[in-house]
This record gives sequence, C-alpha cells and structure tokens, in this order.
Amino acid sequence: MQFDPFVIPFNIGLYFILIYAVVRSVRWFSNLSRPDKLRLQRGFFGRAFGQSLKEIFMESLIHRKILKSNFRLGFMHMSLAFGWFLLILFGTIEADIFGEKHLNAPYKAIFFKFFNPDHGRAGFEAAYSFWMDLLLAFILSGLLIAVIKRFSSKVVGMKKTTRLRVLDKVALTSLWLIFPSRLLAESFTSGAYGTGSFLTGFLGSLLASFLPAQQMAYPFWWLYSLSLGTFFILLPLTRYMHIPTELFLIFARNSGITTGDQPGAFTEIQTYSCSSCGMCIDACQLNFSAGITNIQSAYLLKGIRNNENVSDIAFNCLMCGRCDQVCPVGIELTPIRMIRRRAGETEPVQTSIWKKYLPDRLDIMPVKTNGKTSYSFLPVEEPAKTDVLYFAGCMTHLTPAIGNSMVRIFDASGVNYSFMDAGGGVCCGRPLMLSGQDREARELINFNSQLIWKSGAHTLVTSCPICYKVFKESYYLDVEVLHHTQFINMLIEEGSLKLNFLRKKVVYHTPCDLGRGSGVYDEPKEVLKHVVRLQNTNFENEKSLCCGGSLGNIKISYQEKNKIARDTAAELTRENPDILATSCPLCKKILAGATETKVADIAEIVAEAITVPMLKKNTPKPASCLRKNVIVY
Amino acid sequence: MNKHIVVIGAGVAGMEAAGQLSNAGFNVSLVEKDENTGGHLNGWYKLFPDRRRSSEVKDYLDKLINKDGIKVISGTTIEKLVNINGIFSLETREGTEMTADAVVVATGFDLFKSSRKEEYGYGIYDNVITSSDLEEMFRKDKIVLVDGRVPENVGIVHCVGSRDEKVGNLYCSKLCCITAVKQAIEIRELLPETRVFCFYMDMRMGGAHYEEIYREAQEEWGINFIRGKVSEVSESIRKKLIIKAEDTLAGRPLKMELDMLVLMAGMEMSEGGRILAKSAGLETGENRFFASADNHFGSNISNIPGVFYAGTCTAPMNITETISHARATVSDVLNYFKNRS
Ligand code: SF4
Ligand code: SF4
Ligand code: SF4
Repeated sequence: MQFDPFVIPFNIGLYFILIYAVVRSVRWFSNLSRPDKLRLQRGFFGRAFGQSLKEIFMESLIHRKILKSNFRLGFMHMSLAFGWFLLILFGTIEADIFGEKHLNAPYKAIFFKFFNPDHGRAGFEAAYSFWMDLLLAFILSGLLIAVIKRFSSKVVGMKKTTRLRVLDKVALTSLWLIFPSRLLAESFTSGAYGTGSFLTGFLGSLLASFLPAQQMAYPFWWLYSLSLGTFFILLPLTRYMHIPTELFLIFARNSGITTGDQPGAFTEIQTYSCSSCGMCIDACQLNFSAGITNIQSAYLLKGIRNNENVSDIAFNCLMCGRCDQVCPVGIELTPIRMIRRRAGETEPVQTSIWKKYLPDRLDIMPVKTNGKTSYSFLPVEEPAKTDVLYFAGCMTHLTPAIGNSMVRIFDASGVNYSFMDAGGGVCCGRPLMLSGQDREARELINFNSQLIWKSGAHTLVTSCPICYKVFKESYYLDVEVLHHTQFINMLIEEGSLKLNFLRKKVVYHTPCDLGRGSGVYDEPKEVLKHVVRLQNTNFENEKSLCCGGSLGNIKISYQEKNKIARDTAAELTRENPDILATSCPLCKKILAGATETKVADIAEIVAEAITVPMLKKNTPKPASCLRKNVIVY
Repeated sequence: MNKHIVVIGAGVAGMEAAGQLSNAGFNVSLVEKDENTGGHLNGWYKLFPDRRRSSEVKDYLDKLINKDGIKVISGTTIEKLVNINGIFSLETREGTEMTADAVVVATGFDLFKSSRKEEYGYGIYDNVITSSDLEEMFRKDKIVLVDGRVPENVGIVHCVGSRDEKVGNLYCSKLCCITAVKQAIEIRELLPETRVFCFYMDMRMGGAHYEEIYREAQEEWGINFIRGKVSEVSESIRKKLIIKAEDTLAGRPLKMELDMLVLMAGMEMSEGGRILAKSAGLETGENRFFASADNHFGSNISNIPGVFYAGTCTAPMNITETISHARATVSDVLNYFKNRS
C-alpha cells in the first residue's frame, strides 16, 4: 500500500471536518422549530433538493451573483471555489484511473503526484496532466487576486474589505499556503522525474536546473499536507465556516424556511454563512456617505458569531435593506438586525476556544418590560361607516401638503371615503417596532385595528410607506391595504380620475419601506408617467438610495443624516429635473431640506394635474369626522 | 486722504457705516442690490422696545448718507471680490466693475423661509403668516383673515428656523422673542377681543427694556405664554387651524383651534453674503454667518486684510447693536490705513 507519514496531518484534518460537519448539521436540524423541521424533510424528498444542488453549483462554486456585480471579485471567488472543486474532482478521477487501484483513500488523490511521480509522460496521461496543471493555474490566478485584495481592496473594485481576527489570519495564511505549496511540491517532484505539464513541468525543470529537486520536494509535500490539515481544523473557528454552512443554508432556504421575527437555528445558520465578502459594506450609505464604517451587516454578523454585545451596531442602521439586496449569500440581514433590536442589550460571552467548536445556541431572551402599556386614555371615536378609509399617518401630518392633495384626489374621484386620522390619530406602531418594542407596538396595532374594523371599510389607503408596511405585515385585518400611489394608479386605470399632462421633468425616488421593504416599485412610476415626463436615475428600484431620514436609525446625528440626504438628493437631481418626486412624507421632508430642486410627493403632483371639470362635478362631500370641531382638551 | 471704500449692502449697517466713514473723510460708494436703501427696515412698522416708527430710523439714516462724499449705487449686486496687491476689484452681476482701497461687507441677513418647516403649513394654509407678513398688516392698521373676518384666536410660534437642529440652525436669532411680545401686544391693541397665545421654548429677554415689556404683556394685555413647541398644524373644514403642541410646564399634550398663526421666522446668513463669501474666500462659521477674526476685539475684522464686517452679516443683532457695530467699523478701517502707510 502507498503511504507516507506526511499525509497524516491532512488525514486528521479531513476526517475531523467531515465528522464535524455531520455533528453540526444534526445540531442545527434539531434546533429548528417543528414546522421548519417538517419543511426541511419535505424539501429533502421534493423539488427543493434539486434546486439546492443547482443553486450550490451556481452560487457557492461559480459565484454567479458576485460575478454579475463585480467581475474581478467574482473571478477571485470562482477560481478558488470552483477551481478547487474541479481539482478535487479530477484528482479523484485521476487517482481512480491511473492509480494503484480503484476507489482510493482521499489522500491518494490529493497527493497523487507524490505517489505516482512517473505519471504523465505521454499520450492521454500527458493530456490529463495538462488539464490538472490548467486547473492549478486557474486557482493560483484567483489566489493572486485575493492576496492583492488583502493589501489593496481597490484592485478588485471594492472600496472596503473586511477586518480580520487573529484566528482568521492563521486560517487565511494556511489557506493561502495550500496551493503554492502544492505547486512547488509537484514541480520539484516533476523536476526530479522529468514529468509534469506546462506549469509544474516547466517550473520543475527550471528549479531542478539549480536545486536538488529530489530532496526539495519532500518538505513541500509536508507543507502542503500541513496547511490543508490546519485549514480544516481551524475552519469551524473562523469565517471559513461559511463554506459548509452555506450549503446547509441553501437547502434550508429552498425548503421554504425564512427568518421570521424570532431567533432560532435558521438565523444562526445565516449568521455563520456570511463569507465576509464585504459587498454589504460597499452598498451601505452609512459607509460611503456618513463615514460610519463599523456597523455594516458583515460586522453585525461577526459580532453575533463572537458573542459580543451588538446592541450599538444593531441600532445604528437605516434599515434601508440595501445590503439585503446585494448580499450574494442571500442572508436576510434586516430581519436578523430586527431580532437583535428586540433583544436589547446582551451580555458579551467569553467562551474557551474548545467551546467554540460547538457553541451554545445563539438564542437571545426577549427583554422584559415593566407593566403593561395601554392607550385606553385615548378618546375612542366611533368611525363613520365607509368603503375606503384613509390613514394619513403621523408623518403626513407633518407634511400637510400631501394630506391636502389626497383629500382633493378623493373628492375628485367621488369615492366614498373617510379620513381616519383627520384630527390626528394613533401611530401605526412601526416606529416602536423598529426600536425593538414589539409588545408596546401591539397595543397601538390593536387600537387602530378596532377603528378600522368598526368603519366597515374594505380598503385602507395610507400615504406613508412606513404605515403601509406595518398595516400589510403586522395587522391581521380583512381589508385591502393600499399605498396611495397604488390607489391613485387604480383610480386612473378604472377611469375615475382624469388628469392633465404637466410639462415637467421628474425623477422618482423609491422610498426604502415602499420599494425594498414592500416590493411596490411600478405603480408610483405608472402614475407619474401619466402626468409628467419621468427621467431615469442610476438608482432605480432595488438599487434606490435611502434618503437618510430613516426612523430606523436612532443612533446617528442630524449632521450625518443630513450628509446622506444631500448626497442622495445630489445623485437624483443630476439631470436637473423640475421636480424630485417621492411617495413618502418622511423622504419628502428630508430631501426637501437637502436640495434646491422642488421636492413633492406623487399625490401633490397628481392633485395639481386634476382636470378642472373633475373638481366641479364631484362637489366635495367632506367625511363626517372632518366636520367635527376640535377644541382644546 | 483720498481712499475709496465700497460698502456692500445699504441696510441699517451699511448706511450707518457709509455715513460714519464719510464723516471720517473717506470717499464712499454704497452698493445696494435692491432699488431702495433701508433693507429690512422697510419691512417693519414699529420697532421694539419703544415702538418708534421704523421710518424715523430710516429718516436718520437717509440724512446720514445724503452727502457729497457718498455715492449710492442701487439695483446692483456684487458677485465677485478680488484682492490685487491691496486694491480690491469688485464685479457686479450687471457686469460693471469698480475698485476700492477697502471694503465693508454689510450684507445682512435673510429671514428663514418658513415654508421649509412644512409642518407649520406656511404657504399651504391661508392663515399661517410670518412675523414680517404681520408687520405689513400693522402698517395697514388692519388684521384680517383671508376671508375678511377678524381673528378671534391668534397663535405665535417662536423659534421658527432657529434653535432647530433639523433645519441645521443651532443658534438663537435673538430678536424673535421680543418681536413676538411686541407683536402680541400690538394685536391686542388693535383687536381687544382677540386672544393671543405664544408658544415658546424659553423667553430670551436679554435686551434693554425687554423684560419689562414681557411683564407688561402678561399683566396688562393678558397674553398667554405657553412653554412648548408646536409640533404640527392642520386645517379643519371651516378653515380653522388646529395646532398640536406639548405644554411642557403642565406636562401634557395640547390641541387647540386657532384662526391665525404667526411664525417668528429666524435670521439666516443672506444669500448675497453666501455668494460673496464663496467668491472672495471669506470665512464663515458653523452658523454660516461670516466668521469674525476675533470674538472679543475683532468682530468687524475678516480673514482678508482690508475687508471689514458691519452688522447682522456676522450674527443676529437688533437695530441698536447693528448701528453700534457699524460705527465700530470706522475705527478698524482707520487703523488699517494707518498701519499700511
Ligand atoms: S440596512 Fe442599509 S444602513 Fe443598514 S447596514 Fe444595510 S445598507 Fe447599511
Ligand atoms: S452579509 Fe452578505 S454581503 Fe455582507 S459580507 Fe456577509 S456575505 Fe457578504
Ligand atoms: S429669540 Fe426667542 S424665538 Fe428667537 S430664536 Fe431665540 S429663543 Fe427662539
């Protein structure tokens, strides 16, 4: 039997990591909630399995998403992952065909050249060696980019790269050593025997011309084995844990498991799946506008993995969802952040290095609240029976031009509606949710739910995307919730709103909570195209910027918010539009303070475009709650 | 002494500085962007603390500049200021050019554009006006709502665009509190049946006689001072204004129906000043007003030798302070030429 002591480190590492992967997977599986377990089981025997294989191939090996957005970075990931995969695959086949016998132990494939130094002289063998050299060259080219990226991230077209811990550095060094040591080991062996193809053969004969190749080869085979073994052993403690974890994640996601709003095994799996690629850092406006460089999702996940107190990081975020969009692993970053917000302050835990191999569950206890919140002191008004209920929201009350425009639009359309919070209402609850206070938010939700239910309305229209999102997701109501842009679009389509065309150039800013947060991209643009000339920007749909005023961030200063707002406004007004349109009262307010260009909500533009006969025909019939006098109380 | 000095801006500061420089023997050109001299003085009717008519101050200033040594160039905006070996070359928007041995910048202030605080509804609700709109009404001796009725309840909002991080102005405009008190009394004088409510953060009654007027406003005129900021304004179907505020002394939220709301717009660096600062390289502070060379003994001196400041282009000031500040420029200008020769 072919054996040499130098293969021992590799063998230990390999069997360790295989067993480890099984143990860890079993633990994750057992930590899943019952429904999630069922989903996973069903997924295993269903379509999810095939889909996952495909996705693993496309994303974990080829890295399609990164390739699409950043070719050099994608090539680096692809050559390392896919190249290594092919090297193992074809190495195994090589050992199987040309080796001592069929079905070899893995080390024989990895160290094939050592045990078969004479292989590859001519014919098919030589062609196969050529192919193997080609694969090695492919990986080495990626490695070269990786090394350069460590020292200058700009080379791969990135502004920032992630910062590393000590253990990550050791693992990184061993990873970097693997392929150069393989190259040298194979080259020396080839040099000594006069074999090898264009890479190992050429380098081998070159080195052999002035070095004792026979003696030099052996230490490099040791180095090769040692770096592989070290990498495998350290892998669970470092960010490279993302490689095996991502496979599990892809399968779990394809089986239909989502983050939800509770911590659990799936959150944990996602936390470990981050490859620290840094794409989220580049996408984050807090980074490139406000110069805040330590709170991005990569750092949040790293902090969670290291059991640090991440409360400050969790709250210093616009919750704009731009990072969710770019994350090539598809981690649900904003939901994970929300979970950490609910947790409030957590104790940092120091665990021993051994414990870290099988860490405790990343569970967090919800914060305890004192006493019960109640809004019973608020006057309960009996809402009038109506078809459509309009909820302006607190933000719209701060931008009365929007509310006024909506009233004009309602009146002109002749819809039977009622203005639910004309005299001021109760908050929709999302600001409290964003600060992690779900229980308190629930009280508000109950209060509003009652009013809505009593009105008998079948449609609820709101002007504020923040309200819209919470009405859609967290209210359990049997009404159709529409953002006013959707509602206006509906009115136009069914012909109950006649509009003039205004000769204006307009750009549209997609608000975070309406766009990425709720998936409403098209209706606002449809409406605008009806009344004005819509210009395009470099930041359409999913790519749209955050205005900076997000209620989600309670940590940054007004100056920093203002900086983001000015940068965003400047980007959007590049083509000198007449109006910067948006569909969120908060965006409007923030952007209006950041640019000389006129900023208006779509509702205002539409109200201006209403044809005059329209206004006359449907004489305004004010909703009953509007007629009531409001006096000091 | 045949030195030529250009004074930019013919408001209170510019006119006073020009007059006093001329008295000191300089040739003075007084450049004004508007057709008339007087600046914001033209907008006010009666002045605090003694309710003298603004026209009287204007008369004094007019007399001061009406002499041979002063050339008034109105309708002209200075856009560029360059220093060539101690001689200043000034370019106007209209394309003409002039030179000067020294320049006095008296570009004053702009009133904060109240529509920037959309929650107060200026420009959206008819009966939301600014302090300067109200002066207009005083001048006509008539305070009426848009529909011609007389207001029964009037609210006055302090600190609009001042002390407000959200609009980027951290400073206090200094005069709006006393203006509010003055205007509240004037409303009550004209309309004895009308109730007036002032919403303030704190009352800054630092000037001479201010505190006494504030006391009078409460004791004699029964004006209600409510501590707390107005958070939002809406309009009812009957065109009444509904305001929401927090009474921070009583510690409870407050909702009130008013007929008219007057916004005490703060002072901001003027646009003309901003353009000049950029083109000439004059330093500005965090509050965007011109930054003086020294807070204590150089408040008229700029970072460019030969360029001086007068009045509210450096910070909010009332008329008394503006006139003193403008006069002080003269001694700095004299020293400048003395040290050069
Ligand atoms: S949600 Fe937005 S602000 Fe928060 S980390 Fe992601 S990109 Fe940055
Ligand atoms: S969170 Fe996603 S985008 Fe950010 S570093 Fe991790 S894998 Fe990359
Ligand atoms: S003077 Fe009064 S109203 Fe004006 S900014 Fe200062 S505190 Fe506010």
